[in-house]
Amino acid sequence: MNYIDNVIFIFVLIVGIGFFVFNIKKIIRNIKLGTAIDRSNNASERWRNMAMVALGQSKMVKKPVAGILHIIVYAGFIIINIEVLEIIIDGVFGTHRAFRIFGGFYQFLIGSFEILAFLVLISVIVFWIRRMVLKIPRFWNKEMAGFPKNDALNILYFEMVLMSLFLIMNAADQSFQLANGGNPISQLVVPIFHTYSIETMYLIERSAWWLHIIGILIFLNYLYYSKHLHILLAFPNTYFANLNAKGKLNNLEAVTNEVKMMMDPNIDPFATNPDAVNDVPSKFGASDVQDLNWVQLMNAYTCTECGRCTSSCPANQTGKELSPRAIMMKTRDRLEEVGKNIDKNGKFITDDKQLLNDYITPEEIWACTSCNACVEECPVNIDPLSIIIDLRRYLVMEQSAAPQELNSMMTNIENNGAPWQYNQMDRLNWKEE
Amino acid sequence: MNVPTMAEMMAQGKQPEVLFWVGCAGSFDDRAKKITKAFVKILNNANVEFAVLGTEESCSGDPAKRAGNEFLFQMQAMTNIEVLNAYEVKKIVTACPHCFNTLKNEYPELGGHYEVVHHTELLKSLLDEGRLTIEGGKYKGEKITFHDPCYLGRANDIYEAPRELIKQLDAELVEMKHCKSDGLCCGAGGAQMFKDAEKGTKEINVARTEQAIDVKPNIIATGCPFCNTMMTDGVKATNKEADIEVLDIAELIANANNL
Repeated sequence: MNYIDNVIFIFVLIVGIGFFVFNIKKIIRNIKLGTAIDRSNNASERWRNMAMVALGQSKMVKKPVAGILHIIVYAGFIIINIEVLEIIIDGVFGTHRAFRIFGGFYQFLIGSFEILAFLVLISVIVFWIRRMVLKIPRFWNKEMAGFPKNDALNILYFEMVLMSLFLIMNAADQSFQLANGGNPISQLVVPIFHTYSIETMYLIERSAWWLHIIGILIFLNYLYYSKHLHILLAFPNTYFANLNAKGKLNNLEAVTNEVKMMMDPNIDPFATNPDAVNDVPSKFGASDVQDLNWVQLMNAYTCTECGRCTSSCPANQTGKELSPRAIMMKTRDRLEEVGKNIDKNGKFITDDKQLLNDYITPEEIWACTSCNACVEECPVNIDPLSIIIDLRRYLVMEQSAAPQELNSMMTNIENNGAPWQYNQMDRLNWKEE
Repeated sequence: MNVPTMAEMMAQGKQPEVLFWVGCAGSFDDRAKKITKAFVKILNNANVEFAVLGTEESCSGDPAKRAGNEFLFQMQAMTNIEVLNAYEVKKIVTACPHCFNTLKNEYPELGGHYEVVHHTELLKSLLDEGRLTIEGGKYKGEKITFHDPCYLGRANDIYEAPRELIKQLDAELVEMKHCKSDGLCCGAGGAQMFKDAEKGTKEINVARTEQAIDVKPNIIATGCPFCNTMMTDGVKATNKEADIEVLDIAELIANANNL
């Protein structure tokens, strides 16, 4: 009979982790729907970026208050997870605080966890106040209405509950309190229980223990549905981020081949080159998520909707429709929709929708000044600008749907080598003026 | 003003130290032409052997590329690269950060490999080499704020060269709240210069000009012909024409040296 607890625990653990793995596989499949892009070069610089930006949070502290609070929550999250290891061992083998064999060091560890848990609790409450009381504008843009707002709050509530359960569990554990080591915070909670019987205390401790681990497993599985995936994806996302100067846009290779052919008098344009045929993409630029590269799709899953990009965007600051965060959120929404389509049909069956127009409007992407403020701001090196440019490419090269004034500008460049209507032969006239 | 062309240089069997890529704005826009001339005067004065392409120059393709027209961009780029390579150009300087960015970052893959510098970088190196001296007197006591062009700053991480030059002027360099990597765009990039803005509550150039006005400068310095236009319009829109002048770094130096 004594083994029932352990069996239930192992069952819960397997279901929790199994379901998480099942969903992560879907995310990986969806990211792989993107086109190829080679980001394998410069491994040492990539590792350094990941260490600095993801692990070291170097870009978070550009906003010091949010940055430091975030580091506390992040450090707490990682370090307190050592405690989860003990919980799993206890759960599987029916032990109680298996790591107690480490003696004084164990007390030191648990003591640190308690202090961290308390700091995390405070930080998360401050985060909640920033969102709901101070109403910092970037948390209230229109793309945050509905689920995105609740998602952010759910995560905060989750963390509050998990941290509280951890402290309650320690406070209600009488043998732990009697040892009186490593309980700097929980001992302050103990007086609340002073009228309770030993049996009640035991019940509270066990309940907190179970709710804590079940809560963690639910939280783990909530990641898939939430903006909180950044705790995992920030690492590959910073590793595979663009290393070139921000001003450099990629040159479309398929276009290069065609332009070279047009310009080289020795190439017979009618000769069929079997290699070249395969190089021609189905379309220029991107109109749907499958046209974006896999790094751009990973960007979309990584975005945690902090809105630093949008708050720094000149178009958004001046009331335009464009919001770089919304570009990332809409890309993810469409990608999820395509993923569900594949789940249902075994392969993607056209649904007469696409990222462009059905999710992201031309008005949004034409408002961009390509200033790179969003790219600069992103704490995990997401690149919304590259998606905007790829959508523009589709509009212009596939649909000839640029705003009229831009068509005039491009016609001028074609005809007289300048965006305005001046004769190229007059280019040096300034010298005599 | 001595402005030799590459064709003339070649005819004399000479190769200039650097090619000055004037750009479309610098060639045709009335305000930007003044920047071009100021820069040429400084080069002449510092005895820098330079040349321009003149009528052989054509749009770098930047606005077409940012508008999404990769075909037109690459047509322009490859045509320009043919000309530049025919003249065996090694080093290019330009006063336009958009041309600068495109020539520097986007031409190499298409066969155009050059050392490309922004005019503020070249002026800074002339200063360091002792070939250029900057007279401080004229701007003594003035308050100058520098508006970072996106394609110089964030796009290429060049923040210090223009500031080092301003510091030579004996003027007070005041920084806007949003400067350097945190700078706000003037609103012209990404081909916005050539179209009306989308519907919104404000023009970007006015928003940026207001940020500049907050630090009460006499002069807003820029290093980009498009930023210059946008900030000049912003100063007009905020009725500050009497108090604030918008000048390129090259103009500041040419004025300071009475060129």
